[in-house]
Amino acid sequence: MSVQKQALLEVRDLKTRFYTFAGVVNAVDGVSFSVGRGEILGLVGESGGGKSVIGFSILGLIDPPGKVDDGEILFGGVDLRRKSEKELQKIRGKEIAMVFQDPMTSLNPLQTVGEQIDEMLRLHSDLDGKARRARCIEMLSDVGISEAEKRLNNYPHQFSGGMRQRVVIAIAMIAGPQLIIADEPTTALDVTIQSQILKLMKQQVREREASMILITHDLAVVSQMADEIVVLYCGKIVEKGPKQDLISKPAHPYTQGLLGSIPKLHDRQDRLTQIPGTVPDVRNLPQGCNFRERCPFAQARCAEEEPEQHALDAGRSVACHFPLEQELAP
Amino acid sequence: MQGFLKSEFFFNYRRSASAIIGSALMLVFAIYVAFGPWLVAQNPHDIASLELLDSFKPPAWLEGGDPRYLLGTDGQGRDILASVVYGARISVMIGVTAMLCSCLIGTVLGLLAGFYRGVIDSFIMRIADIQLSFPSILIALFLMSAVGTGIDKVLIALTAVGWVVYARTVRGSTLSEIEKEYVQAARVAGLPDRKIILKHVLPNVLTPLIVIATIQVGTFVLIEASLSFLGVGVPITQPSLGLLVKNGFDVLFSGLWWTSAFPGLAIMMLVFGINLFGDFLRDELNPRLK
Amino acid sequence: MLGYLTKRLIQMTVVLWVVSLIVFMMMSFTGDPVFMVVPIDATDAEIAQARRILGLDQSLFVQYVKFLTSIFEGDFGRSYVFRQPALDLILQRMPATLEMVLVAMALAVVISIPLGVYAGAHPGSRISKTIMAGSLFGISLPGFWVGMMLIYLLAVQWGWFPSSGRGDTVEVFGMRVSLLTADGWTHIILPAVTLSLGTMAILLRITRAGMMEVGRQDYMKFARAKGVAPRDVLFRHGLKNSLIPVVTIFGLQIGDLIAFATITETIFSWPGMGKLLIDSIYRADRPVIVVYLMLVALIFVVINFLVDLLYTLIDPRITLK
Repeated sequence: MSVQKQALLEVRDLKTRFYTFAGVVNAVDGVSFSVGRGEILGLVGESGGGKSVIGFSILGLIDPPGKVDDGEILFGGVDLRRKSEKELQKIRGKEIAMVFQDPMTSLNPLQTVGEQIDEMLRLHSDLDGKARRARCIEMLSDVGISEAEKRLNNYPHQFSGGMRQRVVIAIAMIAGPQLIIADEPTTALDVTIQSQILKLMKQQVREREASMILITHDLAVVSQMADEIVVLYCGKIVEKGPKQDLISKPAHPYTQGLLGSIPKLHDRQDRLTQIPGTVPDVRNLPQGCNFRERCPFAQARCAEEEPEQHALDAGRSVACHFPLEQELAP
Repeated sequence: MQGFLKSEFFFNYRRSASAIIGSALMLVFAIYVAFGPWLVAQNPHDIASLELLDSFKPPAWLEGGDPRYLLGTDGQGRDILASVVYGARISVMIGVTAMLCSCLIGTVLGLLAGFYRGVIDSFIMRIADIQLSFPSILIALFLMSAVGTGIDKVLIALTAVGWVVYARTVRGSTLSEIEKEYVQAARVAGLPDRKIILKHVLPNVLTPLIVIATIQVGTFVLIEASLSFLGVGVPITQPSLGLLVKNGFDVLFSGLWWTSAFPGLAIMMLVFGINLFGDFLRDELNPRLK
Repeated sequence: MLGYLTKRLIQMTVVLWVVSLIVFMMMSFTGDPVFMVVPIDATDAEIAQARRILGLDQSLFVQYVKFLTSIFEGDFGRSYVFRQPALDLILQRMPATLEMVLVAMALAVVISIPLGVYAGAHPGSRISKTIMAGSLFGISLPGFWVGMMLIYLLAVQWGWFPSSGRGDTVEVFGMRVSLLTADGWTHIILPAVTLSLGTMAILLRITRAGMMEVGRQDYMKFARAKGVAPRDVLFRHGLKNSLIPVVTIFGLQIGDLIAFATITETIFSWPGMGKLLIDSIYRADRPVIVVYLMLVALIFVVINFLVDLLYTLIDPRITLK
């Protein structure tokens, strides 16, 4: 698995801020990561941790009062922040597609599903009407919707939640994007539907040799799906690394806390542990380590000095003064 | 007070030009309503104080104008400015009183409908539905044509068209309020209905009414003005702004524009001020729109 | 569908029945119409006879039953003043009113919807703020006063437009229409503009509110994530969604226009049914008032029904039931 992959997307020191009445919110505060070709990256963190903002920042879809203030977003080596709105429109959907959280609201209620899928091809392909229609039908069947031809003329309200998310996935996939950003794609769905949708997404991404950024609060979902994991807390990366290592040997207390709240099938566990406390107010972050007030291992140094990102072995890094049972890289 | 000056409401108020202009206009009218008779030289309702020789004088800045009559005079030598001030008092008084009556009746009916549901609810709401499908001005016009002119009758007509909006709003909030646990708990604890409604439900359904009430005063001023303009509103002995405009209409074609222009301008500024401020309140008190 | 139509028809009948009841009751409270028809020096015997002829000597209930039955027979009574069937009087004048309402509505739609879409799409911009302040201004204007000022400036002072009346008309299908003559247009412009101001302001605000509401929806952002240009997001995905609330109040606005036409017609001496209503109120011409109200109620009920049908055409989520 660990073949050296060329990075498709590289985000460097991204800073996205929201200028609100109550003050400036550093929603994304100096985040760097990269996504290799054909790789699935999991962005994990509690809600309010700035995960979705990263997705919208990449596509240049941050609306006022928000603003991407700093950083580079290199896609295939070119900085997307330097692109004009017109150029970005050619990239959105065609090169980088997005799947939203709530399929109940992400489809236009007044257009047929067919029109909404077809819109992608009208924007991003030269196919004529007939070919586009054939392509839409094919795509809909691909995402597991039966009687696709008939269903094209249906409106979103005639589909169930899971089916709608399949439609959204079809829209995201149809123009053949290289990168899919999936923002909590299963959170709004029934538990039974969740794994079907995840399986479908993984299969679609792998088949097309595309890459994916999976944004979620659910480490369990990520552990099924991702190759690499990035853990965010208060707009900052606290830990990142390959899935296996990170899950089996978390270095940051926060990651460990997230893992503790996943029920395990094989290990005997008397109770699920939960991270105490809540995410601090992002407009008024404490000095030092953001996590220290909830951290069982916090010491005096954590209150004074903000931990820097430093490398561990095997492509991992962590931002903690006292990482858990790891040997520091030389 | 300190808390208010630091609140988000006040912060936004200071930054909103329309809120400031709106409240300033409202304040000017409030001052004239309260102290009007002491601010103008003439009592236009007192025939003894009128000089017939001074009839139809144009505004002071025009040729033939008289500095004693800033906005000119009407056919009886009445100072237009004084008429406008006295007329505004009548208009504002009618608007505010009718709003209070509507609010009271509508809130009570809305609480009853929302709290007791059932037959009362459907009865009140059906009436509201039917009434809402007709324009208020037409209903008011019809009522006035049936009962005749008079300030009291204008108040009745306005209240008859105004209660619906409160009843519907209050009913809606009451329905969602009585679902909440503390109300359920109070009911289980055996608190009498009257107490539950007054202590628990009522305080929680009032906020949206502030916006409705503010804007309704403006609406009522306009409806009253229209009724009086048509001659089915206030009596000639108590001329509101609308009636002043009507009186001016009769001489408009002779070029005596000021007798109708200024009263109308006053209506416009009053209602505009109320609407500006009401609009600001709506944005502030309705968190969904932020 | 048939079930729906039946249900609606019953509903409409009930509403009209309630209206007839209220109208009848209120009308019986008003002064004694018998004095409208007898000469001033009439003897008591003559008055009593007139009362009998008008059916006013019977109990209210009997009067109401008579009133209802004659309505079903198409007989709405005769005007005390014109001595003609009241329905004919109103129907003669209805085209003039509808014509003015139509022009006012068209003006309002053409001006307010594009402005509302713009203001909703760019909520922070200076132009939008100006548009919104303007619309608030429009709501605050007393329509009758605006009409008067327009008459004074554009008709009396500068003589650009005629100050009153309807001008030349052309007969089309038995209705007199002024929209086909230049003279008719010069006559209708001022009243129609006066009448449309309020509706214009309200439609504008509703369109903007709808547009802003729609702007917050996920599907708008999703459309942008698909690579749709901002303009197309606005018009292809936003506009239709934002028009749903506009359609809702459309019917109500037509009602408002018909109602306010009474005032506009009075100012501009427009020979429509609104002016007839006001004149009839002055003269206590009860049958005409009653017919007017019943007819207008019928119009409103039908408009509401049509709006509901229009709804289902726009929004596939709504089905007739």
